[in-house]
Amino acid sequence: MKTTRIGQLASLAVIGSLVLAGCGSDNTSGSGSSSSPVAVDCFTGTINAEGSSAQKNAIEEAIASYGKACSGAKINYNPTGSGAGIKQFTAGQVDFAGSDSALKTTAADGGQTEAAKAEAYCGAPAWNIPMVTGPIAVAYNLKGVDKLVLTPAVAADIFAGKITAWNDPAIAAVNPGVTLPSTAIKVFFRSDESGTTENFTKYLKAAAGGKWAAEPAKKWTGAGEGKEKSAGVSEGVKSTDGGVTYVEWSYAKDNKLGVAQIDNGGGAVELTGAAVGKAVAAAKQVGTGNDLALKLDYTTKEAGAYPILLVTYEIVCSKGKDATKAKSIKAFLKHFASADVQKSLEGIGYAPLPTEVETKVLAAIDALS
Amino acid sequence: MSTSITGRSVIDELPDPEGRPPLTGDRASTGRWGDRLFGGAATSSGVLVIALVSLVGLFLVIQAVPSLLNNNVNFLTSTEWVPSGAQPRFGIAALLWATVITSVIAMAVAVPLGVAVALFITQYAPPWLSKPAAAIIDLLAAVPSIVYGFWGLNVAGQYFEPVQNFLNTYLGWIPLFKDVGTSAKSTLAFAGLILAIMILPIITAISREVFAQVPTAHKEGALALGATKWEMIRTAVLPFGKPGVISGAMLGLGRALGETLAIMILLSALNPNAAWSWSIFTGGETFASKIALNAGEFDSPQKTGAYIAAGLVLFILTFVVNAIARIVIERRKAFTE
Amino acid sequence: MSTLTQAAVEPSTTPPVHTDLTGMSGRRAFTDRAARVVMWGAFLLACIPLVWILVSTLVKGGHMLLSGSWWSLSQNGITSRVVGGGAAHAIQGTLMQAAVTAIMSVPIGVLTAIYLVEYGRGRLAKVVSFMVDILTGVPSIVAALFIYALWVTTFGFQRVPFAVTLALTLLMIPTIVRSTEEMLKLVPNELREASYALGVPKWRTIVSIVLPTAFSGIVTGVLLGLARVMGETAPLIILGPYTKSMAHDLFNGLMATLPTMINQDRTEALQPALDRVWGAALTLILLVFVLNLLGRFLGRFSKVKN
Repeated sequence: MKTTRIGQLASLAVIGSLVLAGCGSDNTSGSGSSSSPVAVDCFTGTINAEGSSAQKNAIEEAIASYGKACSGAKINYNPTGSGAGIKQFTAGQVDFAGSDSALKTTAADGGQTEAAKAEAYCGAPAWNIPMVTGPIAVAYNLKGVDKLVLTPAVAADIFAGKITAWNDPAIAAVNPGVTLPSTAIKVFFRSDESGTTENFTKYLKAAAGGKWAAEPAKKWTGAGEGKEKSAGVSEGVKSTDGGVTYVEWSYAKDNKLGVAQIDNGGGAVELTGAAVGKAVAAAKQVGTGNDLALKLDYTTKEAGAYPILLVTYEIVCSKGKDATKAKSIKAFLKHFASADVQKSLEGIGYAPLPTEVETKVLAAIDALS
Repeated sequence: MSTSITGRSVIDELPDPEGRPPLTGDRASTGRWGDRLFGGAATSSGVLVIALVSLVGLFLVIQAVPSLLNNNVNFLTSTEWVPSGAQPRFGIAALLWATVITSVIAMAVAVPLGVAVALFITQYAPPWLSKPAAAIIDLLAAVPSIVYGFWGLNVAGQYFEPVQNFLNTYLGWIPLFKDVGTSAKSTLAFAGLILAIMILPIITAISREVFAQVPTAHKEGALALGATKWEMIRTAVLPFGKPGVISGAMLGLGRALGETLAIMILLSALNPNAAWSWSIFTGGETFASKIALNAGEFDSPQKTGAYIAAGLVLFILTFVVNAIARIVIERRKAFTE
Repeated sequence: MSTLTQAAVEPSTTPPVHTDLTGMSGRRAFTDRAARVVMWGAFLLACIPLVWILVSTLVKGGHMLLSGSWWSLSQNGITSRVVGGGAAHAIQGTLMQAAVTAIMSVPIGVLTAIYLVEYGRGRLAKVVSFMVDILTGVPSIVAALFIYALWVTTFGFQRVPFAVTLALTLLMIPTIVRSTEEMLKLVPNELREASYALGVPKWRTIVSIVLPTAFSGIVTGVLLGLARVMGETAPLIILGPYTKSMAHDLFNGLMATLPTMINQDRTEALQPALDRVWGAALTLILLVFVLNLLGRFLGRFSKVKN
């Protein structure tokens, strides 16, 4: 008797929650403003992607603007990290992956390489398509200091814990005319394994002239206090006077942190979209054909080029397993790579692809089938 | 058989006092089929639980062993953590310390507090307050751990700084309270405090349930002998409730040891070159936070195995804790069977 | 000894102490009063974080819940820079997953507890009881990894909401077993014996005498389990990625939940995202609280009447 009543009530509760659930809805072209001026290829259906958190804000912006034009399209991007994205992609769990680095062509810990795994899954080579260039800012929080210049050597010493106070002669030497307080330097690093750490240490290793001893890796090898993901390190710097970290430009901007200018030898360069574009344009293509894996030149002395950056790729099957899905992916990526979208990214801390790279990217997307 | 799971007893097979044979078949009033079915279902549930735990354990061991065989340092004593590459080197000493110390801090705060709150609710609170007070503490359990972490980092953390500075200044000569320059809201001590808040409702809820079950006769007997209220509690309520308090505390400890999100958000990780410190005002990573933080980067079996090995240690840790708790409870069985 | 000396000394130094007549020495009275103060203090101290956290969430997230779109819209097409959208997708996901988890774990949990208390004797019962303790200690992250290996690696299935509910079930079973067991043990044996004496079969005794007597305690256990499960984030990170759109299918695609929504939006320093974090946190707390109230109400309903 009692159990039946309990059972009834329980099922009522379950049904209730399901009914309540049915009430919700997705915003169909919600705010309804701005009809996109460019013609967008629309698709109907769902695309799931996963990967680098560095490109999360950029791809969300692209998804939002695509959604405005095409109400039937549903694109999910889950920013769990590059490694997870590639793993999910090669396991067939997501439709494309976002990654801070191109598919590795050397194997980690023996076994298949990432590129080989991806090719095995796709049944055709997988292409690395550079889509978002994310500058890495050396972000700091120092009372009374609005402008700070760092050379790679000084930065390496700071992040290795060899320079421990902001008024260290080495910092003062590259910042003439700036009054530096004696505040202790508190370095914050990413405690998770991250492509940002890898790219930043690659830069330090390449540009600091032997001052950075450790091998570049996704795991931090320098000094400091570890925080979870980009949000954690930027929060750490924000709440600590004397704090400094390396973080994607967008996080530095959103948290209103100071961003150091970098002097690679060709004069101090402020972090701007144009300065980053210059560095990307100087990168070498290492992939073949439409595989646009790039190799960045961290030691560039070109005036006005900001050298610390990472390029995030969309990793896709050159020949899709499912024709409709492939078409959908193609339509979305085309939108993502379009000049309008790329331009809109600068406002949120990314740099647009330089024209010549964009042309190649669009050609590669066109070649997807 | 008297011990059969169908609930039949020897009596079922013996003639009744007047010598009539026992009833059998459909007319038997022992409800044998119902019993067999119900008892069978109950037993299979029990067996399912055994199967589940064995599967979890088996899976952890199978996945961890190959990585452990490749390890180049002592897994138990090393503080290094480089699980991938040609020469993997990983050890759990640092993880173990952070996990244990945060849980110990949490228990040190939450167990006395939880028992006191449970006593307040069942023995001290005026009748109108007793139920709302219980509901209020239960509500603490309604706050998810991710919210505790987020709140701790963004709201409460800044107020811990004076406490930490005070302890650093006046007790800094004790290694446990040494200042190592970690921001206050990211230390083991603060994470432990947040854990304490999180496990408080569990400890309180279970203690409260058993304290409320103390036979009135025991309590009134104590009072009638001239005991003060506190003495009555000490002599009648606490001994009766002890197994409940212990099981509540162990549930709390289990949650504290394996707590993931709040710890992951709060604790600062140590850099690989950091000097070892016994201070509770330094950062660190617990087993759970380390696994969760790097779950996105399990890109090779070797690396995954290393993290699973860490998970296995956590599993064993909770295993031992629970086994100890169980022995304590078995020894002081106060429940009617 | 000591009372003797006391008696000998007292008259000469101090006037007779009247409290001695009542059998209450000053020290005992003081301890008693101190204990009272400590208990009140403990309760008030325990209230501080709760009030603080609730006020923070209410102040920072309360306004989100007042807008109708919060309850009816998803975050589809909304970036962290823009105000708008709602949490309907996440609320629905959390409710669905919790309901399915409860449906799977309550029968197993309650039956296991019944086995332990009413049927289990000997070795098997000892092992089951021990395993429940072990299961209690299995951290959510380990449970999630286990299901991942089972569901994704071994079976090759996609990460779907149902896999999440499997991991959550693993976490919820021991909570239910333990609380139900405690409650069943507290049911007086006299009740069972009286029932047997009337010729009621064992299973009928359990279903109609023992379970109803312990019902309110069982419900409390289920609710504590649900409270833990609904706010559990670690399995969701591994098995149930966040999505901004509505989802209804437990066996296909991604499904948003309130914890993953919080986890996603907390990584932004932008006000619209932070508002959503607090809003989602408040919604989650409210949901669990409503469940709690409901459980209490249900529990009162079916208590055995004297």
